[in-house]
Amino acid sequence: MTDTEERKSAPETISRVVVRFAGDSGDGMQLTGDRFTSASAMFGNDLSTLPDFPAEIRAPAGTVNGVSSFQVHISDHDITTPGDAPSVLVAMNPAALKADLGRLEQGGLLIVNRDSFVERDLAKVGYESNPLDDDSLSDYRVVEVPMTSLTIEATASLGVKPRDAERSKNFFALGMISWLFSRPRESTLDWISTRFKDDLIRASNTAAFNAGYHFGETTELFDHPFQVESAHMPPGEYTNITGNVALAWGLVAAGQLAKLPVFLGSYPITPASDILHELSKSKHFGVRTVQAEDEIAAAGMALGAAFAGHLGVTTTSGPGLALKSETLSLAVSLELPMLLIDIQRGGPSTGLPTKTEAADLNIAMYGRHSEAPLPIVAAYSPSHCFHAAIEAARIALKYRTPVILLSDGYIANGSEPWLLPDVDSLPDISVSFQEEFNHVAPDGTDEYWPYLRDPETLARPWAIPGTPGLMHRIGGLEKEDGSGDINYTPANHEKMVHLRAAKIAGIAADIPPAEVVGDADADVCILGWGSTWAAIDAAVQRTRRRGLKVAWVHLVHVSPLPPNLGELLRSFPKVLVPELNLGQLCRIVRAEFLIDAQAVSKVQGLPFTSIELEDAIEAALGITETAGRREGAA
Amino acid sequence: MTDTVIPLTTKKDWTSDQEVRWCPGCGDYGILLAVQTLMPELGVKLENAVFVSGIGCSSRFPYYMNTYGVHSIHGRAPAIATGVAVARPDLDVWVITGDGDALSIGGNHLIHALRRNVNLTILLFNNRIYGLTKGQYSPTSEIGKVTKSTPMGSIDHPFSPLALALGAEASFVARTHDLDRKHMMETFRAAHAHRGAAFVEILQNCNVFNDGAFDELTGRKVRGEMMIDLHHGEPITFGEDAHAGVVMGSDGHLRIVEVADVGLEAILRHDAHRADPSLAFALSRLSADEPGSSTATWSPTPFGVFRDVERPDYGTMVGAQLAEASSKKGPGDLRALLQSAGTWQVG
Repeated sequence: MTDTEERKSAPETISRVVVRFAGDSGDGMQLTGDRFTSASAMFGNDLSTLPDFPAEIRAPAGTVNGVSSFQVHISDHDITTPGDAPSVLVAMNPAALKADLGRLEQGGLLIVNRDSFVERDLAKVGYESNPLDDDSLSDYRVVEVPMTSLTIEATASLGVKPRDAERSKNFFALGMISWLFSRPRESTLDWISTRFKDDLIRASNTAAFNAGYHFGETTELFDHPFQVESAHMPPGEYTNITGNVALAWGLVAAGQLAKLPVFLGSYPITPASDILHELSKSKHFGVRTVQAEDEIAAAGMALGAAFAGHLGVTTTSGPGLALKSETLSLAVSLELPMLLIDIQRGGPSTGLPTKTEAADLNIAMYGRHSEAPLPIVAAYSPSHCFHAAIEAARIALKYRTPVILLSDGYIANGSEPWLLPDVDSLPDISVSFQEEFNHVAPDGTDEYWPYLRDPETLARPWAIPGTPGLMHRIGGLEKEDGSGDINYTPANHEKMVHLRAAKIAGIAADIPPAEVVGDADADVCILGWGSTWAAIDAAVQRTRRRGLKVAWVHLVHVSPLPPNLGELLRSFPKVLVPELNLGQLCRIVRAEFLIDAQAVSKVQGLPFTSIELEDAIEAALGITETAGRREGAA
Repeated sequence: MTDTVIPLTTKKDWTSDQEVRWCPGCGDYGILLAVQTLMPELGVKLENAVFVSGIGCSSRFPYYMNTYGVHSIHGRAPAIATGVAVARPDLDVWVITGDGDALSIGGNHLIHALRRNVNLTILLFNNRIYGLTKGQYSPTSEIGKVTKSTPMGSIDHPFSPLALALGAEASFVARTHDLDRKHMMETFRAAHAHRGAAFVEILQNCNVFNDGAFDELTGRKVRGEMMIDLHHGEPITFGEDAHAGVVMGSDGHLRIVEVADVGLEAILRHDAHRADPSLAFALSRLSADEPGSSTATWSPTPFGVFRDVERPDYGTMVGAQLAEASSKKGPGDLRALLQSAGTWQVG
């Protein structure tokens, strides 16, 4: 054994690392990141991911607009965010370097595909001189690897044409990074062998992956590999899951737990389409999916299915939510259970279809004509989407109301390890259909009143077609309380408007009270909802570790709000509300509770970093000294 | 077959306790009566019928039927009914709509329900006017129509509802009118017997905002010479003693001729079951006032079933895929689903 080999055989153990793969849209960076994530998950790390890709399927090659990136944070301890700044950046071309260098931490490891740093590619993104040859990258540890030519060489003996071989260079990069972070090779090799049906492509990708791995091992470009030990996670069975898959599975589970068939009406829209894809594979659960002609029809079909006794669901993103608004209002008036799932993205209009934002709270709360309140549930992490779907269904079914479930592009596409729940411990959310008459007419005959409410929940009975004797007509016209007959009288309308509002408000008594994480006597309380959970969690942990008194309340139920929320927030001198919008929840709590809550806003199509929230907490506490606090970041 | 059904219900059973609120003299009354009279003969149970409507005068229809019903949103009835019919192929689902509801605001849902062949019986009440909003022109109003919103006359080219339905791949297309209950009942019966989307245009008089729109076509004195009754397999003739008929010229166009001039053999024989929709389409264009003309100049117009072809209905096909998935994968197992993307064990 040479010294070098000895040195290399002993990986340095580190507690966490953030790696970012960046390349052209056609370079397969999402796949590369996803495989590295899977191998790390199987190895037992905790992790969190942030895919970041353009809206164009294939933007012009080699341009900054066409850069597709995948960031993954792996750790030997509990983490929730994909990491603020990567410590390793893999840049497959000059465009990727240009787009993502600013994210790399000072002194970070920059691995570039040397072959792509040629005049033509440099000129495309406006580099006048090659950054690899001047001193512009002196703040980083730069490792130049001719990935394209090494991949072509590694696959030449297979008879792969150079042009095709080049397509395997992402596997070369994956192999190299797998060595660098001591990932076992087997899971990736197994995956390659089952994923690629074409013999030559499979062989080429395998050869490139192995070549990258051995390249790391045998060259001296890297001092030594690193090891991120498996995390001490609670024992049990884990899977790595994205928010959209978790949501789809949550809907399947909700159907099972409610003992109702699931009916999805959906129109393709980024970033919600994966829920349609996933549910379309769940037909053996009795899940019906219809790809409707438009967003409005998708909502209409879900409502029609609900009338017929199914768990009606429609999935969409912001522009689609706007189109479904009228159907939601009808569902409010019909008082039928229905789920609308909104995977929020940057807007208004087409906005940033592949980037995240959480600015649909206002339209979810208020985006219907007239007085049409409905419950809103917000998922906060990829795996939480599973439970949020079940909770949204529970409320919809029990209270016979449309419910909006908010997720966003960040958690929809991001992934994390998920300790699988015990299926038997999931809640029973089944409800009964009305099968008997519920009223006696003045002449003594039995009859069915579709709007005779349960005195406790104010929910109306749900009698479905096919039930003898209970035939009834419902519609968008105002109905008489009780009988459900058309009724335009002033007093009845006022009564019905109040009843519909009271029914939704009453759900507050049927949801968990808001809970404080952190210091009960804190100087500042963070109020969060949705996917800001991860960055808030990291920022609160770090500031508290440094002795600051910080509290945190995270809302899953945004409408109605937990009944104790006002009292809780009033007990803190300061309340900060971080949101990926201009302060939508902040305005709600200011209006509801007359407290001086302050918004912390970010609308860049990106999630908060924990540092940004740490800064916001410090600013709120009047602390300006930040030196050294980033040591030991979570 | 339907003739042998012993009615289990009566017209009264199908009539709800709601007071009918259409204007006195409205054509909708006749259509309601035809449907309520027909339903007992169809052998459908009250609880298995669902009437879904959009918005407009005709869309009040479900309130008057003692069945399940939804009075929904303007234009959206075909979509909502699709949800009902796909979720529950066991139900008998009817869509009640009008020319504005189905062809203007809801055009997209109508064509896609027809394309998918969802098991729906769609009754389109065509009065060529917006009634509920008090008299604006509709997508079927003739060019030059003077209304509140077109004081100088409409310049919008109208739709032919039947031609549109045929273009949307409808498997059943028919036309009837509100003055002939027997013809309506026959047409609705055929539409109901058709598995899949059945589209029926009903020419219906709005006596307040477009009174007499079809008088020159369906009026008792003129209908003999103006209405062409289509019967599958029979020569297309009409008029007193069937003196007139339809022929197809060498240019492919349909023309009206005197039977005596050409001989009965030369008269076009109607074939509603032909897979190719071009004959049905040509018949749909052999119609009242040529689109583009500035006055309602009527020509003899076909009524009855234009097209009636078999094609699997959407809800049945959805159900078949569910059954196939279950037989291949076994019934859904939630635990297995959660493990399906690969798992690892900790501890």
